[in-house]
Amino acid sequence: MSGFFDLPSDLQHSYLGLVGLHLREALLPVLAGLIVSLPVAQLCVRFRWIYPPVLGVTTVLYAIPSLAFFVVLIDYFGQSETTVMVPLALYSLVVLVPAIVDGVRSVPPETLAAAQAMGFGPVRRYLQVQLPIAVPAIIAGLRVATVSSISLVSVGMLIGNQGALGNMLYDAQTYERSALAVNSVLTIGVLGVLADGVLVLVRLLLTPWMPRKGAGR
Amino acid sequence: MRAPTARAVRRPRGPLPANVQKRARSRLFPQQARIGRTRRARGVLIRIDSVTKRYPDGTVAVDRLSLEIPDRSITVLVGPSGCGKTTTLRMINRMVEPTEGSILLDGRDIRQQPVNTLRRSMGYVIQNAGLFQHRTILDNIATVPRLLGWTKQKARARAAELMERVGLDSALAKRYPYQLSGGQQQRVGVARALAADPPVLLMDEPFSAVDPVVRKGLQDELLRIQDELGKTIVFVTHDIDEAIKLGTKVAVLRTGGRLAQFAPPAELLSAPADLFVEDFLGADRGIRRLSFFPAAGLELETAPVVPIDADAGEIASRAAAPYLLVTDPDGRPLGWSEPDKLTAGAVDREQLLDHGRPFVPATDSLRTALDGAVLSPTGWAVAVDGEGRTVGVISQQVIGEAIRDAHSRVAERADAKAGR
Ligand SMILES: Nc1ncnc2c1ncn2[C@@H]1O[C@H](COP(=O)(O)OP(=O)(O)OP(=O)(O)O)[C@@H](O)[C@H]1O
Ligand SMILES: [Mg+2]
Repeated sequence: MSGFFDLPSDLQHSYLGLVGLHLREALLPVLAGLIVSLPVAQLCVRFRWIYPPVLGVTTVLYAIPSLAFFVVLIDYFGQSETTVMVPLALYSLVVLVPAIVDGVRSVPPETLAAAQAMGFGPVRRYLQVQLPIAVPAIIAGLRVATVSSISLVSVGMLIGNQGALGNMLYDAQTYERSALAVNSVLTIGVLGVLADGVLVLVRLLLTPWMPRKGAGR
Repeated sequence: MRAPTARAVRRPRGPLPANVQKRARSRLFPQQARIGRTRRARGVLIRIDSVTKRYPDGTVAVDRLSLEIPDRSITVLVGPSGCGKTTTLRMINRMVEPTEGSILLDGRDIRQQPVNTLRRSMGYVIQNAGLFQHRTILDNIATVPRLLGWTKQKARARAAELMERVGLDSALAKRYPYQLSGGQQQRVGVARALAADPPVLLMDEPFSAVDPVVRKGLQDELLRIQDELGKTIVFVTHDIDEAIKLGTKVAVLRTGGRLAQFAPPAELLSAPADLFVEDFLGADRGIRRLSFFPAAGLELETAPVVPIDADAGEIASRAAAPYLLVTDPDGRPLGWSEPDKLTAGAVDREQLLDHGRPFVPATDSLRTALDGAVLSPTGWAVAVDGEGRTVGVISQQVIGEAIRDAHSRVAERADAKAGR
């Protein structure tokens, strides 16, 4: 009987190696999603009319099963991490775009008027006023996107060993080692909670200007 | 001036030379006359020339408005909600572009310089301050200097200096806006607008979101700062009392963005151009107008004043007056008494009638004097010097005569001005 953290060799990774892989496969797509969402959201704020169609598109993308994406993407990227990460990045848009749009829109009109009146150009105003004030909303979106991405990576096992910790679920069946399944689920859960905690911490560090609960006026 | 302004209506022989107007103003507003003398910053004259703003939806917010905003003074735009005050103000820094007409700054069209350069040369203060919630107080104030390329250190030093000028404790420097009261935030707003020492200050209902006591403090502070700095201030409010208190000149706008009257506050109160302005000024404009007449010339009586240690003879010699004002040995008022109820050497302070609030002839207005007389149970007001020592008393009737005199002097002067 092997130990709880000893993994079958067909996983090609140690336990910690799988954790690292899992985090990479989960977080890179969120990062990519964020990088795409920022300009898209800014367009939605500037030109109000494109926001509803953009929301529609992201929702439709989110509704497409990952398996369908895999079928198409395998032709281009093979059975690779990229094939797993592209749909995850697209899924993250459904949370991130509205989060950023709401965040940027939450900047009080008088703050924007003041910025304009003091001679901020549009770029400076976006970078120095709107974006910083949108940080809490953006991080709230990132928390949802990150946690769901961490759990979704597992489906990568469907295209042959690209599901990182999720691959352990497959092996649990194959080798009838239920401990592997327990380990996989627990680890993914813990990673989710930790990632969420890190984001909360980042928000606290970035927003000393937010009224703290139970303190201040 | 193409638009029919109030001034053109009331002075049919054409506008007066500016220096005559200025002299007339300094007589009526000693405080603002002082501003003229301590000129420091370069003042800028703003000329709004037949400006119309039609928004894309067809709303005409401002209709052929012409205003000449004098330098180093506070010009107040006042009027009912939606009459185009904010629109007018925002056309000056080009946050709103006029549909027709032009705005000149020191004779130069404001469209001749890059828009952000123009804006950085004008401080802007709005209701609720519009502070950057994500920046500390110090960094909020340092914003425009930073935009102008000052080093962080220099900008912050300047910001600290301004905090002091607007009466903010330096302990607040590292705080964030949410940690400040509304009144403090408003002060930060003013400091931020002043940071780069712009010649022009645009203020859009800056004090309307704070309570009356704080508002009064902020208004006094603004007058003090203006006294020191001599900016060209355009101040928007819908509060006519604020307009009258702060304005060197007041432009009353009516709905649809048309100018109803543009005049110094005293003139507004004494000669409203039409029913609209009269209505807008409210019911007690006669009383409020009295604040523009100094109490200095009032003829005070000293006969009805007796010190508490006066002897019987002295009391008897003054018994002609219906009431006597009893003072302490230093001359501070204690209260009123009928002469026959006063016994020398045994005055009961508890028995005296309240003397009400005394006025100081040297600094107070006829309004304060009249208020003192009206509030006094005897109908007489008490005048004191700066130290609170009685200098005399005066009855409602005599104040009333002084008011009539003052009014007729103003009327004569106005006639003389108009060349009638
Ligand atoms: N962006 C806009 N588009 C269309 N109409 C506008 C716009 N901004 C203002 N208006 C209209 O122009 C008129 C004048 O507005 P403005 O904001 O200048 O009034 P105001 O005198 O400042 O009023 P308040 O005292 O309520 O602030 C109003 O009828 C208003 O509805
Ligand atoms: Mg307004």
